[in-house]
Amino acid sequence: MPNISPPIYIHDLTLNYQNKPVFSKLNTTFQGGVFNILLGASGVGKSSLLKMIAGLLPISEGQITCEPTASLTSQISYMAQQDLLMPWATVIQNVMLGSKLRKEKQDKSKALHILEQVGLSNVVHQYPSQLSGGMRQRAALARTLYEDRPIILMDEPFSALDSVSRSKMQDYTAQLLHGKTVILITHDPFEACRLGENIQILVGHPAQIHLIPSIQGSIPRHPDDIHVQQAQANLLNLLIEKSAI
Amino acid sequence: MPSFPLYFRIPILIIGLLLLWQGIHLFLNIPPYLLPSPYSVFIAFKDNQVLLWNSALITFNETILGLISGCGLGILLALMMSLIPFVRQWLMPIILISQSIPTFALAPLLVLWFGFGISSKVVMAMIMIFFPVTSAFFDGLTRTPAGWIELGKTMNASPLRQLLYIRIPAALPSFASGLRIAAAIAPIGAVVGEWVGASSGLGFLMQNANNRFQTDLMFAALFLLSLMTICLWGAVTIATTKLIPWAEDTREF
Repeated sequence: MPNISPPIYIHDLTLNYQNKPVFSKLNTTFQGGVFNILLGASGVGKSSLLKMIAGLLPISEGQITCEPTASLTSQISYMAQQDLLMPWATVIQNVMLGSKLRKEKQDKSKALHILEQVGLSNVVHQYPSQLSGGMRQRAALARTLYEDRPIILMDEPFSALDSVSRSKMQDYTAQLLHGKTVILITHDPFEACRLGENIQILVGHPAQIHLIPSIQGSIPRHPDDIHVQQAQANLLNLLIEKSAI
Repeated sequence: MPSFPLYFRIPILIIGLLLLWQGIHLFLNIPPYLLPSPYSVFIAFKDNQVLLWNSALITFNETILGLISGCGLGILLALMMSLIPFVRQWLMPIILISQSIPTFALAPLLVLWFGFGISSKVVMAMIMIFFPVTSAFFDGLTRTPAGWIELGKTMNASPLRQLLYIRIPAALPSFASGLRIAAAIAPIGAVVGEWVGASSGLGFLMQNANNRFQTDLMFAALFLLSLMTICLWGAVTIATTKLIPWAEDTREF
């Protein structure tokens, strides 16, 4: 697969909400081919930033570019907090939704293969309402994988899950999205430390980005990992400290 | 409080109402041309069976044709309004004005224009039906959950494909509730048309019976009419719940 996972550059990006700056002149880089984690409290503008990258929110000031300079919108796949599965379609139909929407041929064997990878082989023809929350989110992950885009944007995709399902989802995600440019938004320092190869936090009013030193070990890092636990504590402290300003 | 299933409550209600009716008839001594007894209604029903069923069949045909054409018009208008802002702006007032005219006042005009035959009744039913269908379906089309629209956008869907594979299926539960209302009021349209000018149908029969003080026959016709309405509504409700099983899921959003 000649998919090169490009880095994403944010230049002087500004977002105003009700005439107040949420963030202004934001500059950062999301590295290509790794898990970029963007950590921050609710309402700090993380989701808006992700939507701007996804082309879902208009950019009033600043620029978002990627390398090579092809259009971003055809390279991204977006995964939200809700699974956004269509209730009228079976699991496999949901996975292949993108093909249908782009009037392309549906690749059934590819969809089946992906569903096998996420452990949903036995519910291929069931409807989303018949699945548990964790299974639904795995189906959403399968849909994201089916799109086969080099850039994956994830907006708190696991926050609605219980901790066991969440931990499993983190494992699946780290494995299956390996090599892609992932930007994952979360408010959970633990998740950031398990999955982050490049961790940035977005804090303050107006919000600013801070880079966090990288954590040892390849992802998904084990919860027992001493580095994970240390980094998590540091991260939490940093969040509290920065938010207090 | 114990809850009883519908199939249990309906017979109980019917028997109760019949007893009450018979009781009023017996004790208040109302003359039969004002309020016939249930028994005499039954006799009238039996004696005029062929006439009643034939009339009901005609009304039923008008209702179904009206329902189909009204739904067609309703779907078309809703789609056009949701797709083209210009149409939405100019059509909405026209639709509202059309609904502000009492249907009964419109009926003589329709008979004048479309004749005493079936077409004036179908048009009448159509005018009554399209509005709930249009408004419910349009409402559904404009309220597609934002997340689905965004997902469609990131998948580079064209507006048409987005409509076909996301917005229309997402609007079907709303459409179904409009359709259920339409099914319940459709026979009214047909019967009103028949009252004003017709040579057949339940409305025509009722008007004739009314003029001749055949109140028992009128009651029999009314009974058939309400039976028809309930069956139609029931059939539509069962069909929509079977065909659109995700109505429950969509409501969560």
